[in-house]
Amino acid sequence: MKRLLVLGAVVLTTAALAWAGSETQPKAGGAPKPVIEKAVKGEQCVEDTDYMRRNHMKVLDGHRDKTVHEGIRTPKHSLKECINCHASETTGSVAASKDDFCISCHSYASVKIDCFDCHSTKPQGSAAMHPLNAETAHYKHKLAAQAASKISAEEMAGVAP
Amino acid sequence: MASITFREVEGSSMKYWLLLGGLGLFVLFGALAWNHMHHYGHVVTGMDNQIVWGLPHVFAVFLIVAASGALNVASIASVFNKPMYKPLAPLSAILSLALMLGGLLVLVLDLGRSDRLIVAMTHFNFKSMFTWNVFLYSGFFALVGIYLWTMLDRNVKSWSKAAGTAAFIWRLTLTTGTGSLFGFLIARDLYGSAMLAPMFIIMSFAYGLAIYLMVLAASYAWTSRPLGDVVMMRLKTLLVVFVSAVLYFVVVHHMTNLYFAKYHAVEAFVLRDGGIITALFWVGQILIGCVAPLVILLSRLGSQRNWIMIACALVILGGMAQMYVTIIGAQAFPLDMFPGLIESSSFYDGVVHSYAPSMAELFLGLGGVAIALLVTVFAIKVLRLLPASLDDATVAKLEH
Amino acid sequence: MSELKPMSEQAPASPERRRFVGTAAATAAGLAIAPGVVLVQVAHGRPEDQAVSSAVRWGMLIDATKCANGCNDCVTACSTENGWTPVAESKHPRQAPQWIRKLELQDPLTQMETSLPMLCQHCAEPPCVDVCPTGASFKRADGIVLVDRHTCIGCRYCMMACPYKARSLVHEHLNDTQKADVPRGIGCVESCTFCVQKVDRGDGNTACAEACTAAGHNALLFGDMNDPDSEISRRLRELPTKQVRADLNLNLGVRYHGI
Repeated sequence: MKRLLVLGAVVLTTAALAWAGSETQPKAGGAPKPVIEKAVKGEQCVEDTDYMRRNHMKVLDGHRDKTVHEGIRTPKHSLKECINCHASETTGSVAASKDDFCISCHSYASVKIDCFDCHSTKPQGSAAMHPLNAETAHYKHKLAAQAASKISAEEMAGVAP
Repeated sequence: MASITFREVEGSSMKYWLLLGGLGLFVLFGALAWNHMHHYGHVVTGMDNQIVWGLPHVFAVFLIVAASGALNVASIASVFNKPMYKPLAPLSAILSLALMLGGLLVLVLDLGRSDRLIVAMTHFNFKSMFTWNVFLYSGFFALVGIYLWTMLDRNVKSWSKAAGTAAFIWRLTLTTGTGSLFGFLIARDLYGSAMLAPMFIIMSFAYGLAIYLMVLAASYAWTSRPLGDVVMMRLKTLLVVFVSAVLYFVVVHHMTNLYFAKYHAVEAFVLRDGGIITALFWVGQILIGCVAPLVILLSRLGSQRNWIMIACALVILGGMAQMYVTIIGAQAFPLDMFPGLIESSSFYDGVVHSYAPSMAELFLGLGGVAIALLVTVFAIKVLRLLPASLDDATVAKLEH
Repeated sequence: MSELKPMSEQAPASPERRRFVGTAAATAAGLAIAPGVVLVQVAHGRPEDQAVSSAVRWGMLIDATKCANGCNDCVTACSTENGWTPVAESKHPRQAPQWIRKLELQDPLTQMETSLPMLCQHCAEPPCVDVCPTGASFKRADGIVLVDRHTCIGCRYCMMACPYKARSLVHEHLNDTQKADVPRGIGCVESCTFCVQKVDRGDGNTACAEACTAAGHNALLFGDMNDPDSEISRRLRELPTKQVRADLNLNLGVRYHGI
């Protein structure tokens, strides 16, 4: 009988651990610093970068309620426009791989987001069409040059809570 | 009035730990079932866009209704001043809290976005019966909790009657709310009746008391404490009254529907052509849930404890069948958007919907039952909820 | 028109794009048709930073006598526009969402057959909105009934309440297959939005109605029921129409002729 109980306890603990462990990540030598790709389009975000790093969620929340309930779809502060600018050149997405714009920081800060359960992570239309139009096409060369240079961890200092 | 000694159960025997472990195992299965459903979505359940509320809702609503009914014994003691019921009251209160907890957990874990529970707690639409139920359930925990406290703590004992009365009124409102959850739906032919609210109340009395009786008898038998026939027979008689009342309400509900031509189709479905639903109605709800228990309890068999236990078990099974017919049956019957015309589409219009629950749904529901029993079994070990003796002599002294 | 069409499909979202479209339109002014296109958009449009108002009530007139039995173009157009998988292609057809479906009716007595699309009826008194515990189900000022997926908890009470079975639960992960303009996701309830993304863009039409017109059936007509001069108001004045389950008195945004 005792053996049964012990067995039961072992099964319970293992299952619980396995379950709990499925979401955590191995922590060898500290968390990897986030990689932040420069936005594909444009020089400057719709707000100061510092402000956006701390308050993008408030900005987005405010705009989403206006969009959903009042039909106001102004591009400034819209998630769609964030994605249009920040989708990675390689994956074409803000959240497809671990280095993509949204995921990179959010996994570093351990903040789970469920935006992309519903929202597309990619700009609308084909990758060739989306981010650059006649006015911004010249950024392409700049981007190619920047592609390798990522923002340093020091620059990111303001991100971690 | 003679005083009663309440004592915790010792809870150190192998049997106790096995019971706790067994229940724990089912809680674990329930958790795994939820994890499975949450990870893959409702695609792994038998539910679809026709049967949107499945087996988890059957369990959840049954447990919530039974929770309200389990408080009955305590209400009789405090609200209606029957001294014989006083020693039975603490178990009644804890059982009702535990059943409510189990039911709510199943309900919440079956949500499409169970991770967003906080949204349900912060956004309210007061025209929704569901919103009212959120408040009714929270209030129930608070009031029954306070009531239990007044029973256990001598310093606040004088408040017991007030707390008991408040809890009594509250849980009547709560079951009205649960019944209205269905009664306020205009779309489904089987619902849309104010009848559902009082019917749910009387059903809660029967299901709650049946569960209470089984838990009471089991805890006294397994702890070898004396439990006299006076208590058993009194509660048995009460069960007879409640089960008869359930039968009465079910008959009146269907008779009313049969009088209105527009409900003929749905009544024919439930009573005659519904296959599994019809079988569950006649065999489950009526025969097993009402007729058989009444025959047992009113015949000579009713004086034997084992037969009373069987009758209680039948009432519980019949209650589950009733919830299945009420919840699944109403959805299985197709919506009639164009009366008199035959409808067909890719979305199963005009056909009776079939539903085969998956294992995940079954274990999620059983997990709720297990957690309710687990809480009860644990509570009687750590709190003084059960009288040391309920033999006839002790009980007889209370009556004077 | 043909030059401008791909532009409008791209959704003029960014200021740069808008300017670009403006320039393009001006350049194309030589073409007789272009100013007309711009004018139509202005007529239906509202400034993009202005909230929708109850001065408008979007609605649809469905002429069942023109709806072709076996034609599924409105359904296909809806699934393409809004990004839901057509039920025939779904791995789980029983649980697949359907925003719009073709309903075939037959009178058992007379054998008369009727074909019509069934979709969210955009009630003025929507039962789904009444029962929603969190207020995620709501009716926009312009009469469009929507689900706010940010507050939808997937309780499915609205699906129990809807007399038209217009709503679906997303039963499985969509794996980033959504359209940028049409967010939808696992565990949330969804239904026809009257192509709200197109309406807000100023298209003044839905994908299903456009497809029906393109197929030459002209069974679907979308428009502002509050505007007495709109095509839909004019037709509604002339044609006898019915509301499905009119007994429930829900004041529907979708009216049927020929049922």
